[in-house]
Amino acid sequence: MCHVSSITLALSKGRIFEETLPLLAAAGIVPTDDPERSRKLILGTNRPDVRLVIVRATDTPTYVQYGAADLGIAGKDVLIEHGGQGLYQPLDLGIARCRLCVATRAGFDYAAATRPGGRIRVATKYLNSAKAHFAEKGVHVDLIKLYGSMELAPLVGLADAIVDLVSSGGTLKANNLVEVEEIMPISSRLIVNQASLKLKRTLIQPVLDAFAGAVR
Amino acid sequence: MRWVLPDHIQDVLPPEADKLEGLRRRLLDAFRGHGYQLVMPPLLEYLDSLTTGAGQDLKLRTFKLIDQLTGRTMGVRADMTPQTARIDAHLLNRAGVSRLCYCGSVLHTLPSTLTATREPLQIGAELYGHGGLEADIEIIRLLAEVLAVAGLPASRIDIGHVGLFRALAARAGLVPEREEELFDLLQAKDQPDLALCVAQVQEPLRSALLALPGLYGGIEVIDVAADRLPDLPEVRCALDELRRLAAALPDLPLSFDLADLRGYHYHSGIVFAAYAGGAHGALALGGRYDLVGEAFGRGRPATGFSLDLRELAMRLPDAAVAGAILAPQDDEPGLAEVIASLRARGEVVVSALPGHEGTWRDAGCDRQLVKRDGRWAVEAFEGE
Repeated sequence: MCHVSSITLALSKGRIFEETLPLLAAAGIVPTDDPERSRKLILGTNRPDVRLVIVRATDTPTYVQYGAADLGIAGKDVLIEHGGQGLYQPLDLGIARCRLCVATRAGFDYAAATRPGGRIRVATKYLNSAKAHFAEKGVHVDLIKLYGSMELAPLVGLADAIVDLVSSGGTLKANNLVEVEEIMPISSRLIVNQASLKLKRTLIQPVLDAFAGAVR
Repeated sequence: MRWVLPDHIQDVLPPEADKLEGLRRRLLDAFRGHGYQLVMPPLLEYLDSLTTGAGQDLKLRTFKLIDQLTGRTMGVRADMTPQTARIDAHLLNRAGVSRLCYCGSVLHTLPSTLTATREPLQIGAELYGHGGLEADIEIIRLLAEVLAVAGLPASRIDIGHVGLFRALAARAGLVPEREEELFDLLQAKDQPDLALCVAQVQEPLRSALLALPGLYGGIEVIDVAADRLPDLPEVRCALDELRRLAAALPDLPLSFDLADLRGYHYHSGIVFAAYAGGAHGALALGGRYDLVGEAFGRGRPATGFSLDLRELAMRLPDAAVAGAILAPQDDEPGLAEVIASLRARGEVVVSALPGHEGTWRDAGCDRQLVKRDGRWAVEAFEGE
């Protein structure tokens, strides 16, 4: 674990980083590097006691759980797959909004495939969320774990449906898929290492309060 | 590949094993000095008595096997606390106070974290028969003392009170599944989902449940809680206990978290977690569990704590250990007495065996016994 006198915030580049900048500014924190231009993974800030680490979105909860970072910003989708053990998730930041959806080929009879007792083959990288969703509906599901380009799976007969994040719906449309069901709305959460909140409260609490104020 | 151990299972090699055993002795001696009597419960017993009164979590973490003699399911202990409670309630059957301690390996089917061992060496102390705050104070003081004895004083002891949530949940009239969900959300301080979960709960209980995750920090938290939680007798009583506890332990680095319900399934009052060594998780956990004894036929007030010695040893810096003294294989008069007196002083003296010259430094020797002017003397180990 890093020093008691400083804090580390883990986040991913791209949309989450961009939309976190105003929140950081509200807490008086300004990064000294831009992750899109720099290849550094540890970024300094205007405050000597605060640093940022740039990680893959799916790794953020892991870094925070093991205390490699005190705070992190992670999508609800990522947190559900991780399980959230050992983390505090005190704040919905309302950033990087999208929704977790089921999509199929246009013309696929989703209602018939998901009648109670039915069976459906689903390609996704969100195994836990997909499993829980179809279990709730009473539908047997055969899950195929994919790491990307999910939209291809129904087109080439690998799966009947996909479970994936949808933001504008542009990719679905371009591939002749339709959104048939929304599983849940997604936004990013502030996550906190449990021991850090106890041991570094004087450093973390002001950041928490500033974020909460900026979100509200 | 053939001698690889299962995941999350480790050997303990020299000199770590020596460090671990030294710690075990020092801690057990400290317990003994406070009147905590050692018990040695069995490694495995019938599953029902191992997991009685505990949550689903402990059941999942217990390795199971079938007893060939009776056909009943047995479990390898995953926690020695219920075993100790069984001994107090059922075997000792004392009318007054019993103070018990234990140390032994436990097994977990699943590691508690990605880096945790599945075979912790659990050591702990339990105080049965006294429901008053004096017992909670004694146990927390004992925890602070043994951590200091181990050389790793607590940097923070975080205190909670399960009674607050129990009172609020009971008044809110939650069905058990809802209560379980609420419990998980409180543990994660998950404010956004908590707000959805308690949307149907009546005021002022709804605001009280929503306030719980934010009630952490220094002693001032207790006054904030008195302000923000409804004025119920159970709430008043719990907050009063916390206030008196803080007043009794002014020298300890206490903090408070009123939403910390870890071990909620069997805890009933004040609970605590000790942090030390700058590591990322709590080192020792404990608290009051007055309801567990009932399952064994006799409800008894109970409080105690336990910790994993392996974890404790890992967080301690390695002590500089003096090497062994190599003694010659010799019938000379007087040598045996010299060796015996060195050993009596705590030195390690090993006898040289013929044909192994050149390997004694690897065997841990850094000094040797040599005869100078007719007298045996300990000198730095030369050569090799």
